[in-house]
Amino acid sequence: MALASVLGFKSNETFNRSLQCEKTDANIDEICPKLNIENIAQFITLPPYADPAKYLKMVNESVDRVRIQFLKGTTTLAFKFRNGVIVAVDSRATAGGFIASGEVKKVIEINPYLLGTMAGGAADCAFWERVLARHCRIYELRNKEKISVAAASKILVNMIFEYRGMGLSMGTMIVGWDKRGPGLYMVSDDGERITDNMFSVGSGSIYAYSILDASYKYEMSTNDAIDLARRAIVHAAHRDAASGNIVRIYHMKETGWEKIEEKDTNDYMYQYREDKTMNF
Amino acid sequence: MAGEYDTAITVFSPDGRLFQVEYAQEAVKKGSTAVGVRGKNIVVLGVEKKAVAVLQEDRTVRKICVLDDHVAMAFAGLTADARVLMHRARIECQSHRLNVEDPVTIEYITRYIADLQQKYTQGRGRRPFGLSTLIVGFDYDGTPRLYSTDPSGTYHEWKANAIGRQAKTVREYLEKAYTETIYESTHESIKLCIRALLEVVQSGSKNVEIAVMVRHKPLKTLSSDEVEKYIAEIEKENEIEAEKKKQAKQLGGTTTTTTTPSLTTQTSKKE
Repeated sequence: MALASVLGFKSNETFNRSLQCEKTDANIDEICPKLNIENIAQFITLPPYADPAKYLKMVNESVDRVRIQFLKGTTTLAFKFRNGVIVAVDSRATAGGFIASGEVKKVIEINPYLLGTMAGGAADCAFWERVLARHCRIYELRNKEKISVAAASKILVNMIFEYRGMGLSMGTMIVGWDKRGPGLYMVSDDGERITDNMFSVGSGSIYAYSILDASYKYEMSTNDAIDLARRAIVHAAHRDAASGNIVRIYHMKETGWEKIEEKDTNDYMYQYREDKTMNF
Repeated sequence: MAGEYDTAITVFSPDGRLFQVEYAQEAVKKGSTAVGVRGKNIVVLGVEKKAVAVLQEDRTVRKICVLDDHVAMAFAGLTADARVLMHRARIECQSHRLNVEDPVTIEYITRYIADLQQKYTQGRGRRPFGLSTLIVGFDYDGTPRLYSTDPSGTYHEWKANAIGRQAKTVREYLEKAYTETIYESTHESIKLCIRALLEVVQSGSKNVEIAVMVRHKPLKTLSSDEVEKYIAEIEKENEIEAEKKKQAKQLGGTTTTTTTPSLTTQTSKKE
C-alpha cells in the first residue's frame, strides 16, 4: 500500500483487518469496536462505518439513484502572469453531504519545478501524477535536461487516453516553468489537453472565474496575483458547499515552485467583509 | 578459432570479441567515403560519388538524406540497410515531435539510431546493420552538432570525422588541418570537407557530393558549379603552397610547416 503511506494514511493495518472481520471472530470488539461517546475520539479520522468498501457499494448501485463519490466538489485554479504562475486550491473533500475531510492536499508536487492540481477522483489524480513524476525523472536522466511542461502534460494525457471511457475522473492542471517560460495545461479524463493563461476546475470554478475575470491582468505584480487567487478561492468557498476549509497558494517561478500560504477561508471572508476593499 | 564462433552472433568469442560486429565494420570499410565537418554556424556533409552505369539515371543525393528539417545523415556501408534505418529514424523524429512537442535534439536521434544498431547485435540470430552513419544538424537552441555511429551501436560526437573507404587516411588529414579559424568560417568549413574528400577521391565535381546545413535553414546540396568553384580555389591554394615549398628548398633553408597546432577532433561520449 505504497499510495496509502504516501498520502499519510498510517492505520492501514487495522483498517485492512476491519474489512475482513466476521461476527464470529473472537476479537471483534478489538478490531471493529462499536463507536460510542467514550471511544469515538480515537476513531474520528475513520468514516463512521467499519467496512467502507461494502457500505459504499450499497449506496453506489443504480437502484438507489444516489452515488456517493469521494472528493467530487472542489475549487482549483491556476493562471499565468508576468512573474510566473499562481496555483490556488481549496481543501474540502465531500462525499454527498458528508464532509469527509477539510485538509486534503489538492496540489501534488510532482517535482521541484512541476505541480499538478487534483479535481475529481483523488486516487486517480494522485496515482497518475506519481506515474508522471517517474516518467519525468527518467526523461531528465536520459536527456540531461528538464522535461518541458508540454511534454509532461502530453505524457499524462496519453496515459489517461488509454483508459478513456473506463471511469477515470480527473480534472487536473499541470503547471511548470521550462525553457519556453511559464507553462499551464489543463488535462482531463476524457483526454482533453488545452493550454491557456487561466483555468479553474471544480464545482466552485464558476464563482472563481467571476472573480478572476473581473480583475485579471497579465502585468499584475506578484502580490496582486496572490491576492486575486486568494479572493477567488475564498469567494468560491463561501458560496459553494463542496469547497472550503483551507486555501493553499503556490507560486511557480523560474527557479521552481514556492508554497505561499495555507490559511482558513472563513477567516479571510470575515476580513473582506470588514475591509470592504474590493476595487473593480 | 574465429570460424567456430562467428555464425551465431549472440555469442562472444573466447577472447571477448563479437566477430559479426567486426565483420560488419569490414563491410563499412568497403563503402564509399563520407566526411562530416562541424563549423560554428554550419555543418557540412560530403560523400564520394561512385561512377554509375552508362544507362543508369544519376539520381543525386542518395547517400545524404534528410531525417527532419534540422537533421541530415550520411552513411557508409550497405545501402539497403541504410534505407531501413533511415526510415525508422524519420518516423522517430516525427513521433518525438508529436509526443514532446519539440524537434529532436541531434543527440537524441543519434542515440535512437545507435540503440537500433545495438539491438541487432544482441539476440534472435539477426545480423548487425552493415553501416556507419554521420549525423549532422542543429539543436533547438541553435548549437551545431556532428555525431557518428558504427555497427556495434556506439556513438561519439565529433568536430570532424570520416567513415567508409580509407577513412583513416582522411581522418588523419582532418586532424592535421582542422583549426579554430576553419571552425569560425562557413566558407572554410566547406573547403575543408572538400579537401578531405579529395585526399582519397579523384578531383572533379562529378566525383563528390556536398551538402550544407545552416542554422534554421533546410539542408542544401551544392550544385556542381559551386563545387567546381571550391575545387578551383583549393587547387590554386595547393599551387601556391607547392611554390612556397620549392622556393624554400632552393634557398636551402629548412621548410617550416604552416600548420597551426590542431585541435583533437574526437570528444568521446561513451567508451
